[in-house]
Amino acid sequence: MKRYVLGKVVFAIPLLIIITFLAFGLNHLSPVEPAEAVLHAQGVPEITKELIAETREKLGMNDPFLFRYGSWLLDCLRLDFGSSYVTGLPVWSQLGPAFLNTLKLTLVSMAAIVGLSIALGVGSALREGRLLDKGIRGAAFLLTSMPPYWLATLMIWYFSVKLDLLPTSGMDAWQSYILPVAIITISYAGIYFRVIRSSMLGNLNEDYVLYARANGLLELLVTKHILRNSLQVAVSVFGMAIPVILGSTVVVENLFAWPGLGSLSVRAILSRDYPVIQAYVLILAVTFVFFNTLSDIVNAAMNPKARMDR
Amino acid sequence: MKLLSIMRRDKWAAVCFTFLSAVIAAGIFAPWFAPHPPEEVHMELRFAGASWTYWLGNDHLGRCVLSRLIYGIRPSVLWVLAALSASVAIGAFAGFAAGYFRGKTDVLLMRLCDVMLSFPGYVMTLAVIGIMGPGLEHILIAFVLMKWAWFARIIRTSVLQYSNSDYVRFSKMLGLPGVSIMIRHLLPVTLPDILVVSSSSFGSMILQISGFSFLGLGIQAPNAEWGMMLNEARSVMFSKPELMLAPGIAIVLVVSAVNFLSDSFQRMLDPRLMSSRPIRLKQGFSISTRLKEREVA
Repeated sequence: MKRYVLGKVVFAIPLLIIITFLAFGLNHLSPVEPAEAVLHAQGVPEITKELIAETREKLGMNDPFLFRYGSWLLDCLRLDFGSSYVTGLPVWSQLGPAFLNTLKLTLVSMAAIVGLSIALGVGSALREGRLLDKGIRGAAFLLTSMPPYWLATLMIWYFSVKLDLLPTSGMDAWQSYILPVAIITISYAGIYFRVIRSSMLGNLNEDYVLYARANGLLELLVTKHILRNSLQVAVSVFGMAIPVILGSTVVVENLFAWPGLGSLSVRAILSRDYPVIQAYVLILAVTFVFFNTLSDIVNAAMNPKARMDR
Repeated sequence: MKLLSIMRRDKWAAVCFTFLSAVIAAGIFAPWFAPHPPEEVHMELRFAGASWTYWLGNDHLGRCVLSRLIYGIRPSVLWVLAALSASVAIGAFAGFAAGYFRGKTDVLLMRLCDVMLSFPGYVMTLAVIGIMGPGLEHILIAFVLMKWAWFARIIRTSVLQYSNSDYVRFSKMLGLPGVSIMIRHLLPVTLPDILVVSSSSFGSMILQISGFSFLGLGIQAPNAEWGMMLNEARSVMFSKPELMLAPGIAIVLVVSAVNFLSDSFQRMLDPRLMSSRPIRLKQGFSISTRLKEREVA
């Protein structure tokens, strides 16, 4: 187990280095010169060659690549991601609160997803092939085939405009959570409940279930045992889901004007605000690797078979 | 062949297959199917309802919704299919190399795949768009670059199953070159697996790429694309909600047909899924659910 954890952590280190390198190098791949982008973003009316050269000097872009990478990395470790080309404010002052807002949305959605997937998965597994199972699977099939943004717009139209029950956008009160969380939950629970379902079905045929039943254990308790074993698979799946959702709330956030990372990143992309894009990619990629490693380790701790993998 | 026999046994799969073929044909031959040019503006017909000349009505610039829907098949379905094929081709190349030669090639390629799969795909796609600027071609490039590792992994596993079988070893002993063994003896047996893994990605790719266009990061006006048509309809959703219907339903129909077809391929190829009761599943859950569950990443 110790070796497994160590292996995972050691594998994460080169990954983190590659990520920082990629995030830093992104600027250099762009078709527009960064210095020119700065001047564009600041709304300078006439961009001359001298002005570009001056800006380059000011931004320290004439230093050697590795030197700049090193100093950038040190700054990043102190959460100093430079300042936005557009507003001139430090990137972290925008990104920090946005990250928290997205995290709140993700965690609330995650709780809803876990609850709903387990309920649906258990329900459909215990009634396999019957009406409930078919109904759940049919509904999940239909809902996961819908574009989430379309479903979201329809729900805004119905619940916020027609019935005037819920706010259309922003995050002012707890009611603002309902629609975004519902959309995210629907698109993920429809997939994850299948994992619980098939894992339950696999466990239903195990000898311990037969033995428990033969001993006359209450069906409710038998279900409890099956569920406990089935959830082992689910834990690693849900662990993986957190960073995935964190990175893909973009559409929902934009639709509901949620002041999170998704809205921020799309605005930054449209105005070519490179430092913000850079910091966004860096932070999400690092979070992703962190959760990936963590869920691998948790999975291995719970399931010795997983440790044998490679 | 096998595909035909699947269709004969599964009527709904046949319906989905016919529908998708029709959609693809309509997309390729869009100029013949569309009743009007998709970018023809008629300001006097703004928000006009359905009529005999404009079956699905007109949008905010008086353009024919039906024609835009038909032309929208090209970026929304055909280009996604092209990007998927490119990604699967790269994945197959790497997967075959890793699974057939094994040894160092395998270790190297699989480590590379590990690294690729450790990146958040969605965020990386956004990063590529952020640097290269909005545009459908940039999104497609980002998808090809991000997805191949996932296909390589699956295809390698499939190749490994057969690369040690007697007939492959016999061909090796006869001195057949590696490439021809792969093409003539390994490709046909692994093709069903490749078909399953690529078809199960197709639906989610259509949804994601139209989502980018919906945000204004994909194809640019005045081109017709389903996600973008929905975005245009969103600005008038309080007064004209019916404009949301046609493109939305088009996406739902295509994606559910793709998903249904992919599920029925899986059922045909993995008989264990047909009846989960009598046969115990390995590790508790089957490949197909694992596909689905990782796919969202």
